[in-house]
Amino acid sequence: MNAARSILVTGIFLFLFAVVGAGMVAFTYDSTRDRIAENERQALLRSLHAIIPEHDYDNDLARDVLVLPGTGFGIRQPVQVYRARHGGKPVAAIFATVAPDGYNGSIHLLVGIRADGRIAGVRAVSHQETPGLGDNIDIRKSPWVLEFNGKSLGHPPLERWKVKKDGGVFDQFTGATITPRAVVKAVRRALVYFKEHRQAIFSAPPPAPAAGRAGRPSATGGSP
Amino acid sequence: MNHPSYAQITREGLWSNNPALVQILGMCPMLAVTSSVVNGLGLGLATTLTLVLSNGIVSSIRHIVRPEVRIPVFVLVIASVVTVIQLVMDAYFHELYKVLGIFVPLIVTNCVIIGRAEAFASKQRADRALLDGLAMGLGFTLVLITLGAMRELAGHGTLFAQADLMLGPMASDWKLTLLPHYRGFLVAVLPPGAFLGLGLLIALKNLIDRRQEQRRAARHRQAAPAPATAAS
Repeated sequence: MNAARSILVTGIFLFLFAVVGAGMVAFTYDSTRDRIAENERQALLRSLHAIIPEHDYDNDLARDVLVLPGTGFGIRQPVQVYRARHGGKPVAAIFATVAPDGYNGSIHLLVGIRADGRIAGVRAVSHQETPGLGDNIDIRKSPWVLEFNGKSLGHPPLERWKVKKDGGVFDQFTGATITPRAVVKAVRRALVYFKEHRQAIFSAPPPAPAAGRAGRPSATGGSP
Repeated sequence: MNHPSYAQITREGLWSNNPALVQILGMCPMLAVTSSVVNGLGLGLATTLTLVLSNGIVSSIRHIVRPEVRIPVFVLVIASVVTVIQLVMDAYFHELYKVLGIFVPLIVTNCVIIGRAEAFASKQRADRALLDGLAMGLGFTLVLITLGAMRELAGHGTLFAQADLMLGPMASDWKLTLLPHYRGFLVAVLPPGAFLGLGLLIALKNLIDRRQEQRRAARHRQAAPAPATAAS
């Protein structure tokens, strides 16, 4: 009897502790939630502005997002498309896509394509490629991604959308072919998808505002 | 239970019982994030804050926690504190939070924190526990900064790069390029560089300790013979 009582008292004590701890976390979550959401929106806009300058569009770019199934891009994850418009006319579509076959896991990319089919810009958002070799896809390490600017499906022709080693036009890095190959392939896929679905991409209505949180590229860097 | 003085607590945390160099605790985040000074400083301060808060809370509840459930209670306290810090960092130091990534929530698993809760805070008055948290945390931070500086300098030839992530735009030009046109030394930035750097730091600390020990012994010997000759 006494032992049972003691266990019960201890249990209740532990429970109260859990409640206080959870309450503390809940309070902090509630008071930081808006600020964190705003931070994420700003971070997203900053990365989108690297591709489409702020004065090129006049719509709410971060919210004008379309979520497409990844199957059209040969990947499992859904792909978000941010649509830039000016005066209602399509300016560009930015695909938050993934190159699934990097040297060390997936490479998250933003691929911006102007309405006329030319590349507006490509950026690696997050990746775990080898520092010093594969991480040259990162604009902070090397200007390599700028090579894509202005290219389109006809220029160079589709069969030359490859790294030079595979008979294409894009440079690989010394000591790292797999990483640029994966990026070139993902960009090519986005271009092909854009060409085939251009109308649908720009005419589809944006989802309800509540779904806004789904529209951010996952940008978790690093691994334990 | 003995009650160490404030000076003793501070000396233990910063030097003689330094969590990183002597207790060798918290290796995983220490080795993973110290690729630059700013990363080391950021994680070090977050860890220090966690240590101070968790030590303070553990010490102030030490009389009401039953010994059988103290470990689950400590874990609850630490997990709550870390989650709160994580949310606040995400809200106010968003970029730094992104850089440190998984290692902020992983402070929960840093053995320094539960170690100090169990070994010190659960047996000491709140003021001593708070000071212990601060001293241990700063001791840990200093090692993180030193290791980060060594690796950043050897790896990139710079110091304080990206200080604006933590201290705002005013720090954006703090970056010191000490070795211009430096091609970089990759190993220093990769994990092996962390192990090598930490090994060197531990060796250096032991070397300094031994030198001091020898000097003290020498002084002792000089002082000792005098009365001996007088007696003969």
